[in-house]
Amino acid sequence: MRNHVGQEAPPKRPARKRLPTSDWSASWRRFRRRHPRARWILPAFALLLAFSYPWWGLEGPLSAIFNDGLGIDSDTLFNISIYVMLALGLNVVVGYAGLLDLGYVAFFALGAYTLGWFGSGLFAQRDIHFLDTSPARLPGIHLSFWVVVILAGVICAIAGVIIGWPTLRLRGDYLAIVTLGFGEIIPDIFRNGDDIHGFNLTNGVRGVTLMDRPGFGVAVHNATGGVLPDRYNSLELRPWYFTVLVMMAIIIFVNLRLRDSKMGRAWIAVREDEVAASAMGVPLMRTKLWAYAIGAIFGGFAGAIYGSFINGIFPTSFSFQISVIVLVMVIVGGMGNIWGVIAGATLISWLNFTGLDKIGNWINSGIPGSGNDIVIAKYKFGIFGALLVLMMLFRPEGLIPSARRKAEFAEGEGPSEYLYDVGVDEARA
Amino acid sequence: MATAESASPQFTTRRFPPSQILLWIFGTILLVTVGVWLIRNAIDSPDRFLEVSLIGFTNGSIYALVALGYTLVYGIIELINFAHGDNFMLGTFQTNSIVNDGSFQIPLFPTTLVLALPLGAAAVASDSAAHRTYTILMCLFWSMLFCMVINVSIERLAYKPLRNQPRLVPLITAIGFSFILQDVGLVWKGAGPQPLPNILPTGDIFTWRAASYGWNDFIVIAVTIPLLLALTYLVRSTRSGKAMRATAQDMDASAMMGINVDRTISFTFALGGALAGAAGAIYALYVGTSKFDTGFRLGLFAFTAAVLGGIGNLTGAVVGGIILGLIQAYNEGFADARWTTTIIFGVLILILVFRPSGLLGEQVPEGQ
Repeated sequence: MRNHVGQEAPPKRPARKRLPTSDWSASWRRFRRRHPRARWILPAFALLLAFSYPWWGLEGPLSAIFNDGLGIDSDTLFNISIYVMLALGLNVVVGYAGLLDLGYVAFFALGAYTLGWFGSGLFAQRDIHFLDTSPARLPGIHLSFWVVVILAGVICAIAGVIIGWPTLRLRGDYLAIVTLGFGEIIPDIFRNGDDIHGFNLTNGVRGVTLMDRPGFGVAVHNATGGVLPDRYNSLELRPWYFTVLVMMAIIIFVNLRLRDSKMGRAWIAVREDEVAASAMGVPLMRTKLWAYAIGAIFGGFAGAIYGSFINGIFPTSFSFQISVIVLVMVIVGGMGNIWGVIAGATLISWLNFTGLDKIGNWINSGIPGSGNDIVIAKYKFGIFGALLVLMMLFRPEGLIPSARRKAEFAEGEGPSEYLYDVGVDEARA
Repeated sequence: MATAESASPQFTTRRFPPSQILLWIFGTILLVTVGVWLIRNAIDSPDRFLEVSLIGFTNGSIYALVALGYTLVYGIIELINFAHGDNFMLGTFQTNSIVNDGSFQIPLFPTTLVLALPLGAAAVASDSAAHRTYTILMCLFWSMLFCMVINVSIERLAYKPLRNQPRLVPLITAIGFSFILQDVGLVWKGAGPQPLPNILPTGDIFTWRAASYGWNDFIVIAVTIPLLLALTYLVRSTRSGKAMRATAQDMDASAMMGINVDRTISFTFALGGALAGAAGAIYALYVGTSKFDTGFRLGLFAFTAAVLGGIGNLTGAVVGGIILGLIQAYNEGFADARWTTTIIFGVLILILVFRPSGLLGEQVPEGQ
């Protein structure tokens, strides 16, 4: 028996035996193969769990574990969801397109300040209202929160294109440092922006307070029998959480659709090999700019609702550390894999907000010799730094990697670059 | 070949796209504006201009020392060593310990315990000149050693196993180490600014109208320049320096020629660490205070300096450092000090957009 090249074909392997049906993962895989729609089962289940968390996590019998034990109260829950949104946004830039962005916090800040400009009393000399839900007619520009969210996305996308246009042609590590520079410049502008030729753009270090809250207005509130609140308040946190979850679901959907689109394939091609992608007709700049702008939009969404929730934005709350923590989330979870990123973001932001303190308490109370005086907050930087280093050393593809990413890391960069270099040398000689 | 080229002139004349020309016009206008602004200030108050320039030069030489560490490492393995700035910060803390407690200290990191080696070097401004000189020398020596050991350990521990990974992997590792070193500083000395007494000689070398140049400014230069000369000698004229240059040019080929690449790279990290330690000692003695996050911002500024001069280029790092010091001083002297960060990162971005190879040209494996 010879195959088409004329070589002796290897003897046929005996058909592999069916795995025993008790192996649940194999049967699940088989089930997914047969039913294409089955891939939505797990995400839908996760979404259901997330939506119902206020009922099974914050109250009820399990609240002793989740609310008290792990410290996931409604505040933390909101913060976690905000960071999941940020991580999903950064995932487009870092995970899909492979552009290391160390200044992602800039878009988060810009989104929050967009709310400051269009949804607070910052410009008190103006009096512009549009479908806003403030109780009284306050001075300043007050647009409907939902309009402001869209505006935040638009402004961040424009900023992303402006920042990206001159810088995205730089090679990887230079791009990292330039984005870092922008991540420092933009909060700096907000910090010093209270006197730009006499114009108070950002209220400087005093920050912008008394932000507008989301809401659907009295008419919708009454029409839906009180299901949709007319104006969110600071006591009832569920509407906030559900709003973020809906935004998150939209982002996840867009993320998934983008990944499987022509643009998504172009991103992955650029990430894997820029030169080859360019040779295949992928427009490098446009592809990268799209990734950067879409990442920026998601950051802006997160910034707007975050600013509204904490009801005050200050330039000091948008530091480089946030950029790095979001990056840690993407890396720990698994670059390029949405579910990995969500898991990573949930884990890391939980650690960041209450988890580490809880763990510190457990150590202090549980281990007799520890002296009961470990202030874990002191070690936060070190722990996140160590996490980055350990992940890079032992599992650079992340906890739940995408199959492609895993293959890339396993392959390394050696051979492809080597071939490319040889080509250049020959062309010169 | 030559005839083929001359036969088709349309391939030999370089055409610049309009966007490129626009960028250059914009750049020229920017440079001219800054130049005019500086000259006007210089004519208005020449003594103040001189004073500001001298301050800029002094600060710039500290930037230059840190920038050399970035440029040495980038030149050899193309890694932006984010942890370098924080290594510098640990150098300032070491100097702080030597001046305040008189001992060389090793922080035993996860705990707040510190291993101390008494040197009898605690000093205050009123001590004798001989004792203060001894303290300054101890600061320099032990800080350099301390930072050198940290830098080499990080390289051995983390960068070496990742040498064949995609470039972003060691970069992210470096960010991780930057955070770890900051935490070491935080646990070691605490969160607030850490002051130390001024033990540099006081008094002015010369004064001219309102401008003055003090002995403490001079000491900074007097330490920096010998270090730069020693580094130049080391890189240009010794066997190890030759190995370094060869490794920077082509790692595989130099390995084939019998150069111990691993040792050469470690040696480079040792040099960079020593320079960071020296810069840390000088900074702590000259500025008189430092904080656990000092290194991050200053490290980024120094990296900007390295890029400004042309990364991988040793002379470029020094030139870039001094230019950056001058830019900062002119901004703080004649404009608004609040905008320094924005201006320096703006310079970084402009340089990368207009001339990514820096003022004096980059010298990295990829660029050759």
